[in-house]
Amino acid sequence: MDLKEGQIRIPSGCAVSAVISRQGNAVNGEKIVKSMIPMHERSNGLGGGFAAYGIYPEYAEFYAFHMFFDSRQAKIDFETYIKEFFEIVKSEIIPTKKIRAIVNEPLIMRYFLAPMKSRLADAQLDEREFVARTVMRINCKIEGACVVSSGKNMGVFKAVGYPEDVGEFYSLSEYDAYLWTAHGRYPTNTPGWWGGAHPFGLLDYTVVHNGEISSYDANRRFIEMFGYKCTLQTDTEVITYIADFLLRRQKLTLEETALVIAAPFWSTIAKCDKEKKDKLTYLRYVFSSLLITGPFSIILGFDGGVMALNDRLKLRSMVTGEKKDLFFIASEEAAIRAMEPEAENIYSPDGGEPIIVKVEKEAQK
Amino acid sequence: MKADYLYPEFEIIRNEALCTKCRLCEKECSNGVHAFLPEKGILIADSAKCVNCMRCVATCPVHAIKIVKSGADFTYNANWTSDVIREIFKQSATGGVLLSSMGNPKPLPVYWDKILINASQVTNPSIDPLREPMETKVFLGKKPSTVMRDEKGKMILNTPPSLELSLPVMFAAMSYGSISYNAHECLARAATELGTFYNTGEGGLHQNFYKYGSSTIVQVASGRFGVHKDYLEAGAAVEIKMGQGAKPGIGGHLPGSKIVDDVSKTRMIPIGSDAISPAPHHDIYSIEDLRQLVFSLKEATDYKKPVFVKVAAVHNIAAIASGIARSGADAIVIDGFRGGTGAAPTRIRDNVGIPVELALAAVDERLRQEGIRNDVSLIVSGSIRSSADVIKAIALGADACYIATAALVSLGCHLCRNCQSGKCNWGIATQRPELVARLDPDEGSERLVKLLTAWKREIKEFMGAMGINSIEALKGNRLMLRGIGLSETELKVLGIKHAGE
Repeated sequence: MDLKEGQIRIPSGCAVSAVISRQGNAVNGEKIVKSMIPMHERSNGLGGGFAAYGIYPEYAEFYAFHMFFDSRQAKIDFETYIKEFFEIVKSEIIPTKKIRAIVNEPLIMRYFLAPMKSRLADAQLDEREFVARTVMRINCKIEGACVVSSGKNMGVFKAVGYPEDVGEFYSLSEYDAYLWTAHGRYPTNTPGWWGGAHPFGLLDYTVVHNGEISSYDANRRFIEMFGYKCTLQTDTEVITYIADFLLRRQKLTLEETALVIAAPFWSTIAKCDKEKKDKLTYLRYVFSSLLITGPFSIILGFDGGVMALNDRLKLRSMVTGEKKDLFFIASEEAAIRAMEPEAENIYSPDGGEPIIVKVEKEAQK
Repeated sequence: MKADYLYPEFEIIRNEALCTKCRLCEKECSNGVHAFLPEKGILIADSAKCVNCMRCVATCPVHAIKIVKSGADFTYNANWTSDVIREIFKQSATGGVLLSSMGNPKPLPVYWDKILINASQVTNPSIDPLREPMETKVFLGKKPSTVMRDEKGKMILNTPPSLELSLPVMFAAMSYGSISYNAHECLARAATELGTFYNTGEGGLHQNFYKYGSSTIVQVASGRFGVHKDYLEAGAAVEIKMGQGAKPGIGGHLPGSKIVDDVSKTRMIPIGSDAISPAPHHDIYSIEDLRQLVFSLKEATDYKKPVFVKVAAVHNIAAIASGIARSGADAIVIDGFRGGTGAAPTRIRDNVGIPVELALAAVDERLRQEGIRNDVSLIVSGSIRSSADVIKAIALGADACYIATAALVSLGCHLCRNCQSGKCNWGIATQRPELVARLDPDEGSERLVKLLTAWKREIKEFMGAMGINSIEALKGNRLMLRGIGLSETELKVLGIKHAGE
């Protein structure tokens, strides 16, 4: 029997892409699916997925939980558990299309949830921490249940298959989002389990990632001190938790977060003016165990924007481009051209150089 | 009694055809092994006095001398080994506690040698340290738990007292008294040049070495020898020595013969008096007392210097370390049972304590489980022999390593294990001026710099092969390690998988 993701660590090569409307305009899912077609060779059919932001405006104030259940029992266990802490505003099966390329699907549901005020007060936690802990508990304790995404007004759609097939399976052309990210996976083992596909999400943070980080276990063992539980043993999972820890819990800015996980070399820091040098040294001192080494290109999606980042040696390809309101990020320029043949300002960010794009109303904050 | 006479353990073989009767060997041997017979015009050797320090072998200009195991031994017995029998004879004759020097030489498991390191293949690239930056810098000290900002949102850079090391290796505590003035000078100068630290040990700091203070860790042990305000202020960090891997649970004894003029001044005790460190600190009978000493030392140094606590690796080391981490200490030093010593009771050295590899793995894991790993740095010692041991220690979870025996070997120590005699022919573990003069501080410090420069290169090669370009990303990165020939329990304690898994 194949080992499930999490029981074994599976390195992967990958393709990533993203598109965001700076005005917050609707971009149809078809566009992002198209971007993955020219990068077909970067995946091997063993994992593909998409994250979409702004897709549930009518339920925008509720936490949208996308769920995989291996069995009916897992669904019952999950619902029994969740009802103790949350009000289920709405629950439904996520519509999917039977296609030949996608098989063995779990039960795929979405829930719109509101934390119960009384339970929140009892827990003495802020709401987002309360939700994050709930996600950890479900993924660790409820057998056969997997929280695929848990943010507001967003969701993750993923499966074992080629990304373009995954897009068709979920009928992504039915969804409009201001931000899409996508992932095609080339795992070096047969995961055979949908939870292991990417993007990986916690709250509104999602990560798609190409690479195999050499710092994995240093990062994992550090982040697990703070209540995170890495159940999948994937780079993407640990990077998501690091982003959540730095952005939400330590309240670092996106730029500061990039300076931690793709920290400038000491030789670069030595050349900075004193104020900058002190700050960079401080960040490396405090968060030394969150430095990520080895090749990676990641696209971090969050409520109102996206950040692209390469490892500090730029050991993985990543390019950006734009056209009018739209901004594109992808492993290859071909993917950007598939979305927008006339894309301009094609740019290859330096290692460790964060590319941050926010939806304008968000950027004005 | 006749039974106590034993044929010497070593035998000196002189190649008479090569020997020029220059009598250098006679001069070089402080044990009086070699003697010239003028009437016969030959050199003879009293093998019974030989400790196999190989000084004569190394200095003989014509390479005419070799020392071999004499081979005259008791009837082979796997249980009653010749060591056991010799020691019974010795104790029957003297009624004394057996004394030994340097680390435990018994064939107990060396876990470093049963751990293998990973390298990148295909799925991620290895990195060439000759072409790409490769960072070995580490900091020792507490890490703030939360990033704070002022009212304008500017980050408050509240870095606690810490040490910056150019590579995760320092020179461990060896007191002035147990080793020579020149040996200390070698360590101090090398540490300064390398951008790392050496440790005074428990014998105080010689006035002439205050200038190396920014590369010095000053130690406070149970005897409090040489401890005063200026001493505490001179160092970059203060280390409280609670225990030593070679002799956990017992104190130290530096014989009066080693307490010569300068040693006496530095230790602040009379010339010729035995320097005896009590087994415990008599103001620390429990963990809350340790906390008081930690904060007393912080008070004395104005909260500007990190305070380390050094303990021997013993059975419940994880719980002890957890207590220390909550005592306010900035770093914990764990000294394994193979750690060296200038003198220790043989039975203690060979039977008390546990391997540092297991202690380190257990402590790192426990501190993480309790969420307090960030409150302290972990430094390990006893015995780190090579850059490979350093890499393995870091990947198990250490922030840095201390080396002592390796440093002494670099200075010429041949591990004859007779430090307690005070007659070290290499000028290291002695206070006799004519012997001390044999260790040239210029040459010695340069050798130490070369040794650690070589290690640093090797560390970078290991890191590059693993696809890691900062040592920080290796700390606690146990997936980079695999065990070979280890039991389930050993693997569980080490927190690593078996090779092939």
